[in-house]
Amino acid sequence: MEIKFNESELAEVQMHIDKYPIKKSAIMPVLWMAQKKFGYISKEVMMFVGELLDLPYSHVYGVATFYTMYFKKPMGRHHVQVCTNVSCMLLKGDELFDSVSQRLGIKHNECDAEGKFSLEEVECMGACGGAPLLVINEDFYENVDIDKVNSILDSLN
Amino acid sequence: MTKNPKLVLPEIENYHSYSVYTANGGYNAARKALKQTQDEVINEVKASGLRGRGGACFPTGLKWSFMPKVSEKPKYLAINGDESEPGSFKDRQIFEFNPHGLIEGALIAGYAMGIKAAYIYIRGEYHKWVNCMQDAVDEAYAAGVVGEKMKATFGIDFAMDIYVHKGAGAYICGEETSLMNSMEGDRAYPRFKPPFPAQVGLWGCPTTVNNVETIATVPAIFNVGASEYAKLGAQGHAGTLLYGVSGHVNRPGVYELETGILLTDLIQDVCGGVKNNKRIKAIIPGGSSMPPLRGDEIEGIKMDEESLKKLGTHIGTAGVMVMDEDTDIVKVTLRIAHFYHHESCGQCTPCREGCGWMEKVLKRINKGDGTSQDLDLLLSVCDNIEGNTICALGDAAAWPIRGFILKFRDEFEAKVKKNRSFQALNVVHGRRESAKTLVFEN
Ligand SMILES: Cc1cc2nc3c(=O)[nH]c(=O)nc-3n(C[C@H](O)[C@H](O)[C@H](O)COP(=O)(O)O)c2cc1C
Ligand code: SF4
Ligand code: FES
Repeated sequence: MEIKFNESELAEVQMHIDKYPIKKSAIMPVLWMAQKKFGYISKEVMMFVGELLDLPYSHVYGVATFYTMYFKKPMGRHHVQVCTNVSCMLLKGDELFDSVSQRLGIKHNECDAEGKFSLEEVECMGACGGAPLLVINEDFYENVDIDKVNSILDSLN
Repeated sequence: MTKNPKLVLPEIENYHSYSVYTANGGYNAARKALKQTQDEVINEVKASGLRGRGGACFPTGLKWSFMPKVSEKPKYLAINGDESEPGSFKDRQIFEFNPHGLIEGALIAGYAMGIKAAYIYIRGEYHKWVNCMQDAVDEAYAAGVVGEKMKATFGIDFAMDIYVHKGAGAYICGEETSLMNSMEGDRAYPRFKPPFPAQVGLWGCPTTVNNVETIATVPAIFNVGASEYAKLGAQGHAGTLLYGVSGHVNRPGVYELETGILLTDLIQDVCGGVKNNKRIKAIIPGGSSMPPLRGDEIEGIKMDEESLKKLGTHIGTAGVMVMDEDTDIVKVTLRIAHFYHHESCGQCTPCREGCGWMEKVLKRINKGDGTSQDLDLLLSVCDNIEGNTICALGDAAAWPIRGFILKFRDEFEAKVKKNRSFQALNVVHGRRESAKTLVFEN
């Protein structure tokens, strides 16, 4: 894919720049936009974001690698996240993670060969009252168990 | 006032929408406050006894009074919705069910301090809730209660903008100075203090950082009156809290109740007791950074900062994690150590290295390869981290780990080898090439 934004995306970039007193501060929203469009933050994407915001590549690299949610490599269409932090672990979130890992045949931060699923063992997602927690892309599924998770995964294509 | 009033999360359907919010008295608090002088507003908040809900319980009115009255530079308000402390899930409820309460609180805070713009920093994982908040901000702009139009709406010469900023997955961004670096577009490293944010904050300008719940509580103070608000809950820590209870209880969730309620009532009456009627082994009262309590010491404990402080722990974010008698404490401690190791930003050696070593040593103990000296080693690592770092993440790692070892030493002892494993000790020291050969006494 060509690393480029169209006109309406460039307008959105400008809208983000306008929210802050300096251009640099738009880096996080622009990285979010770039990840949505290009799938992950490759070196080319970092250079592109740098050009948009007049920032050196090294700065964009530093910021993009600081955060776990900017993917530095291609991930699956369905990014499956299971929380294993304390509240979830108390309700067997760790076992859930292992069983999902087994089912998908991939480990933490890996993606399957078809690019359908990727898996991440996540830290507390702020949904501890609904533990154990499964998140797929942006959707939270609370109070799940292994059967529920399996049927959710079955329903995805 | 009724007992345990729902001030921050009223049980009203569709309260998140502007029309329902205003139909139920929404934005009247701002109307009232914006007619007073700035000092009167700050004094009202001081008199209410409101203390920050982000973990440190700092008096909110006092914090606001630190902002310079006159400033050549613009002033900013950063609203902290990073909410990444394990066990905390309360601010999310505000984004979803009372976003206009947060906006109204921001207007009052902004007016009191002469703020140019407020930024609401929401953790990246909360995609849906970022959208909830953005929708409410858009509605507020359209209704003319935020931005340039608010001058006409409220009939005053004051206007403020509100923006939503989405994080991207880093616990450290909840630390106020890290949050500012993150928002400015740099790596989110915490900054040295002083200078404090009220002098040098966002973009080098005077800034106040407050938690989402703190700001969302402000309208209630002007609705019920500061003196009435101050009567709620415990002395020294007034008001209602959003308690987030998780773990082994029958009805986990977020409950708005007064400060100072009995921990046992919270678990028994509010959350339906412990799952399968088990006994409680341990409780973390305010998010994973806070020292734990033993199940046998919770009788009579009140949930407010002053009461908990006497017991060596804190109310924190009021994220209560309940662990039943079957819980493996060593495993919990290891999981906590893993979290802080993962989230340390790496600037300070004691935190970066200390958290790493604590995780490694706990892993070894959990596997059954540890020795009883390892427990003292862990305690000494805690001592070396605490107070020796730029930000409080180091303390936040040391407190629960030390707390668990001191309060549940028997559980750790049961997992460590009775006989010293020389091999295990050598693994640690062998990593350092310069390490001297160890001499063991018996
Ligand atoms: C490691 C670390 C993480 C923190 N995370 C949060 C957070 O997610 N939300 C929050 O409001 N405060 C958090 N804080 C506390 C903030 O630094 C700050 O004290 C708080 O936002 C002030 O708001 P308040 O006075 O309204 O409580 C954190 C502090 C530390 C040291
Ligand atoms: S204490 Fe830890 S998280 Fe805080 S600045 Fe130092 S290394 Fe970073
Ligand atoms: S511990 Fe899993 S969401 Fe908080």
